[in-house]
Amino acid sequence: MNNSFFNRKYVIQGIFIAIALVIIARLFYLQIIDDRYLLSANNNVMRKVIVYPARGVILDRNGQVLVQNEPVYDIMVTPREVKDIDTLLLCDLLGIDSTDFKTRMQKARAHSPYRASQFMKQVSSTTFAKFQEHLYKFRGFYYQNRTVRSYPDSIAAQFLGYIQEVNERDIKKSDGFYRPGDYIGASGVERAYEDLLRGKRGVKNQMVDALNRPKGSFMEGKYDTVAVTGDGLVSSLDKDLQILAERLMKNKLGSVVAIEPSTGEILSFVSSPSYNPNLMVGRELGNNYMKLLHDESKPMFIRPIQASYPPGSVFKVVAALTGQQAGVINEQTVFYCPGGYRYGGGRAIMRCTHVDGATSLVKSIKMSCNTYYGYVYAKMIDSRGLSGPKAYDLWKEALGKFGLGHRLGIDLPGEKPGLVPTSDFYTKRYGNGSWRSSYNISLSIGQGELGITPLQMANIMAIVANRGFYYRPHLIKGIGEKRIVKEEFTEKIFAGVDAKYYEPVIEGMSQAVNQGGTGAASRITGIEMCGKTGTVQNPHGENHAVFFAFAPRHNPKIAIAVFVENAGYGGTWAAPIASMMVEKYLKDTISLPKYIQDRVYNANLLPKPKKPKTPEVKKDSTQTKNKTTAPLKSAALAPKEERSVLVHHSQVRRNHE
Amino acid sequence: MNSGQNKSFFGRIDWITIGLWFALCIIGLFNIHAAVYDAENPGLFNLATNYGKQSIYIFTALIIGICILIIDSRFFMSSAPVIYFIVVLLLIAVLIVGRNVAGNQAWIPLGSFRLQPSEFGKLATCLTLAYYLSNQTNKNPNMKTLFIGACIVLFPVGLVMLQPDTGSALAFFSLVFVFYREGYLSTGFLIIGGLAIFLFVLALLINQWVIIGVIALLCGFLAFMMRKKRKNVINMLILFVVSSVYVLCVDFAYEDILQPHQRNRIDIILGKMDDPKGQGYNLNQSKIAIGSGQLFGKGYLQGTQTKYNFVPEQSTDFIFCTVGEEWGFVGSVFLISIYLALLLRIVNIAERQRTAFARIYAYGVASILFFHFFINIGMTIGIVPVIGIPLPFISYGGSSLWSFTILLFILLRFDSSRKGTVGI
Repeated sequence: MNNSFFNRKYVIQGIFIAIALVIIARLFYLQIIDDRYLLSANNNVMRKVIVYPARGVILDRNGQVLVQNEPVYDIMVTPREVKDIDTLLLCDLLGIDSTDFKTRMQKARAHSPYRASQFMKQVSSTTFAKFQEHLYKFRGFYYQNRTVRSYPDSIAAQFLGYIQEVNERDIKKSDGFYRPGDYIGASGVERAYEDLLRGKRGVKNQMVDALNRPKGSFMEGKYDTVAVTGDGLVSSLDKDLQILAERLMKNKLGSVVAIEPSTGEILSFVSSPSYNPNLMVGRELGNNYMKLLHDESKPMFIRPIQASYPPGSVFKVVAALTGQQAGVINEQTVFYCPGGYRYGGGRAIMRCTHVDGATSLVKSIKMSCNTYYGYVYAKMIDSRGLSGPKAYDLWKEALGKFGLGHRLGIDLPGEKPGLVPTSDFYTKRYGNGSWRSSYNISLSIGQGELGITPLQMANIMAIVANRGFYYRPHLIKGIGEKRIVKEEFTEKIFAGVDAKYYEPVIEGMSQAVNQGGTGAASRITGIEMCGKTGTVQNPHGENHAVFFAFAPRHNPKIAIAVFVENAGYGGTWAAPIASMMVEKYLKDTISLPKYIQDRVYNANLLPKPKKPKTPEVKKDSTQTKNKTTAPLKSAALAPKEERSVLVHHSQVRRNHE
Repeated sequence: MNSGQNKSFFGRIDWITIGLWFALCIIGLFNIHAAVYDAENPGLFNLATNYGKQSIYIFTALIIGICILIIDSRFFMSSAPVIYFIVVLLLIAVLIVGRNVAGNQAWIPLGSFRLQPSEFGKLATCLTLAYYLSNQTNKNPNMKTLFIGACIVLFPVGLVMLQPDTGSALAFFSLVFVFYREGYLSTGFLIIGGLAIFLFVLALLINQWVIIGVIALLCGFLAFMMRKKRKNVINMLILFVVSSVYVLCVDFAYEDILQPHQRNRIDIILGKMDDPKGQGYNLNQSKIAIGSGQLFGKGYLQGTQTKYNFVPEQSTDFIFCTVGEEWGFVGSVFLISIYLALLLRIVNIAERQRTAFARIYAYGVASILFFHFFINIGMTIGIVPVIGIPLPFISYGGSSLWSFTILLFILLRFDSSRKGTVGI
C-alpha cells in the first residue's frame, strides 16, 4: 500500500477549507457590505402603480351637474396569454373589423408580448357592458377603468374649458408633478382650478414577477397611498338660464354675461358661437380641437372676457355718473339738443339720432342723447381748470374705478383688460399736450378708441344696481365640501361715485325701458327693469347691438349685458334677449309674445362666409399664445386686422398700451 | 480510530456522513419548494410539483443507499471495469438516441424518466481509477501508470464533451486530486496547474497586457525579496517569461484559432458579453437574489427574486440563490459548513481505509463533490464562470441526486467493511 504521501491529505483539506473561506468572504461582501443588491432586488420586484383620482365635479348654483366624470374602459391585452379566442365575436362586440383587430394585436405585440398594453382606448360604458358579459371567453384580455369628463347638457363650453394630456412644457413647469399621459386643465375653469380639481394621486406598490406580471401588493400595502378625489366646485352659473341664453344666442356672434349684483356671481356666461364641450373629450379630442381652432367663427375665442368693443351708448351711464361725481353736471343740468353736438368751433358735428330739445340728465339717458354727453365730456376735459391731458387723466382714473381699462380678475384664464388710452397716447397722436375735448369727442359716447369687454359691461350694470360698488365677477362660488369662497371675491370694491348720484341715471334707465325710451322692446310686465341700449358703430359692417340692464329696480337680483355683433340697433336684438333672460331668471317664465321669441331664436346673424383668410387664422393663434409680442410687430400687422370681424378693436388698441 | 470487527453492521457505518448527507437532501427539498412556490396558489403537498418529485427522489435515493450498504463491497471492487464499460456504452448511446435539452444531448429518455449517463460516468470513472491504481504491482508512482490512469479519466471526458456538456466534462478534471494524493503529481504541479487555470480564465476576462504587467510586478517583487540567491532571481525570470507567453498564447488561441461562434460561447460563459437575457442576466439576477438576502435572509418562502422567477434555473443550477436570499449570510454559511464538514469527513474516511482501492475511491468522491460545490456556488456569486452543473444533494433532479448518493454510499460501504485499524 502506498501511504507515503499521507501528508498530502492536509494539503487537500487545506484547499477545501481555503475555497470555503473564499466563498464565505465573497458572500460576506455580497450580502452584508454591498447593499446595492437589496436595492436592485426591490427594483426588480416592485412597480409603483399610480392610482388616478377622479377629477372634481362641477355643479351649478342650484346643485345641478355641469361636468361630471363618466366611466370609460380601456381594453387591455397581454398578447402571450391570448389563446383560442373567438375573434369574430370580439370584433363584433367592440365594433371593429378583423383587419383592425390584427393591427391592434400587432401593435400590442410590438410593445411587449408579456405586458398588458392598450388594445382599445376609452370604450364607452354601453359598449363595454356587452363586452364584459363575454370577457371570460377572451383569455389575455383585461380592462382598466378610467374616467372622462362628460357634460350632460353640453353647455358653457368656454366657461368650463377642457382637459388634455400634458405636454413637455407642463411637465417641466410642474416640477415633476405631472407625468406623460396625465391630464391637465387646458382652458376655462378646468385650468383656473386645476390644482383643486385634479385631486391627489395614490401610489400602489405592486409586486411583479420576472415577466412583469402582477403578483400582489408589496408588504400588504403598507407603503401604499390612497388617491384623493379632486375638490368639487359649485359654479355661480344658473343652468337653466345658461341653456336659455345659449339658445337665444344661437347663430349669432356675441356674448351674454349676467351677474348677481349683491355677490358678483356670474349667473350666465355665453360666448357665441359656442361648441359642444363633449367634443373635447376622448379619442376625437385632437381632431375636434383642430377643427374648432380653424373654424372661421372662432368658437374657441372667449368673447365675454377676450373681445373688447367700443361700448357705444351704454357708456353714457358711466359718463353721467362720473360727470356728477366730478361736479361738472348735476341732476338739474339741462343741455339743449338741436339734433347734434357741434364742436371744433362749429365746424364739426356729432349727430344725435333725434332732436331732443331741452334735455335733462334723466331724459339724456332715456333717449340716449349724444349731444348731452358731448357737453358732459367737454366739461370734464375743458372746464376743470386743468390742461386737456391732466383732465383726461382724472377722467380715465374715474373710469378705472368702474372696472374699465384693466382686468377685473375673473377666475378664468385669458381675461383681457380692454382699453382706455392714456393721455400720452393722445398727446403723441396730436403732436402736443394742448389738445381739448373736441379732439376725441367720440369718447364721450363710448366710441373711438375705447375698448370694453362684455364682462366689464355687465359689471358696470352691477355697480349701478348696487348704487356704487361691486364684487369681482366670478364663476366659482364654492370650493370643496365646505363651499369655501375665495377671499378676493368677498371684497366690496367702491366704484368712486357716491350712491346719491345713481338715482337720476337709474330713473333714466327705467324710463328707457318702461316709458317708451330706447329700450322699450325689453319691457317686462310686473318687473321694473332698468336698461340702456347701445349701438356700436362698426366701420366694417352692420353695427353691433348692445343692451345692458338690471332688475328689479329696487333690490336688484340680476345685472346683464348682451352684445350681439353685426345685429344693427341694440333695441332690436339685444334688448329682447336681455328681457327674456331677466324674466326667466326672476319669474321663471317668458311673457314675450311667441312670435318675437321665435324671431330671436331663429335669427341668423352670422356674417356671410368670406373667402378663407389663412394668414388671419395664423395670426390669431400666435396672438393668443404669445402675449408679449412687441408692440411694433402687432402695429405692423394691424392694418391687416382691420378686415377681421371680431377682434379688430382690441387688436388695434393693443399697440397703444 | 479503533473500529472493531466485533461491532455490528450498523455500528460500522459512518453515521456522521449519513447525517450530513440527509441534512443536505432536506435543505435541498425545502429550497426547491421555495424556488417553485407560487404565493397565489400555495396548494398542498403535491407529487406533481418539483419538490413533490424531489421528495420521491430522496426516498428512492435512501432505498438505493440501503441496497448499496447491503451489497458486498467486493462486488464494487471487482465489477468496476464492467460498470465503466456499461457507462461508456451509455455515453455513446446518448449521442445517438439521446434527447436534446437546451443544446445538450445529455439525456436518455426512459419512459417518463430521463437518465443522464454523464452523472454515472463520474461514479464509473472513480471506481475504475481506483481499481486500476490499486492493482499496480509497482508500488512507486510512474509515468506509465499516470498515463493510463489519465486515459481512464479522459475517455469519458471526450464522450461527454461531444454532447457537448462542458460542465460535466470539467468535473472529471477534479480527479487530479486523486493523482496528487497517490503521488503521481507533485505539489509544484498542483500549484502550476492551479495557476495555469487561474491565468487562463483571467486572460480571457482581462486585457493580456494588464495581466503581464501584474505578473512582472509580482515576479519583480519576489525576485527582489529573494535576491540573495541568484537561482531564485533566475527562477522568477523564467516564471515571468513562461506565464507571459502563456497568457499571450491563450489570447492568440482565443482570438485567432477559435471560430466566432465558439468565441461567443466562451464569452457568454465567462459573463464577459453583455447579454442581459442570457448568461450575464442569470449571473446578475443571481447576485441580486443572494445579495438581497443580507444577514438573516428574507425568511422561508419570502424571497421575492426566486419566488417571482427572476433567477432562471433556480431549482437546479441556481438553487443556491434561494438559500442566499431566504436564509441570508447565516444560512449560507451554515450550508457551506455542512459541505465542508462532509468533504473533510470524506478525506478522513479515505485516510482510514486499509485498502488502496477504497482510499483512492474516497479521494475521487471528495474531489468530485468538491468540484461541484466550488463551481456551483462560485458561479452563483460570480467568482467562477457560469458552468451549468448541479449542487450535489441540493439541486432538483433524480439523476444527479441518485448518482451522487450512489457515489457516497459505495464509499460508506467500503468504509463499513474495512477491517482492523487504519494502515500506515
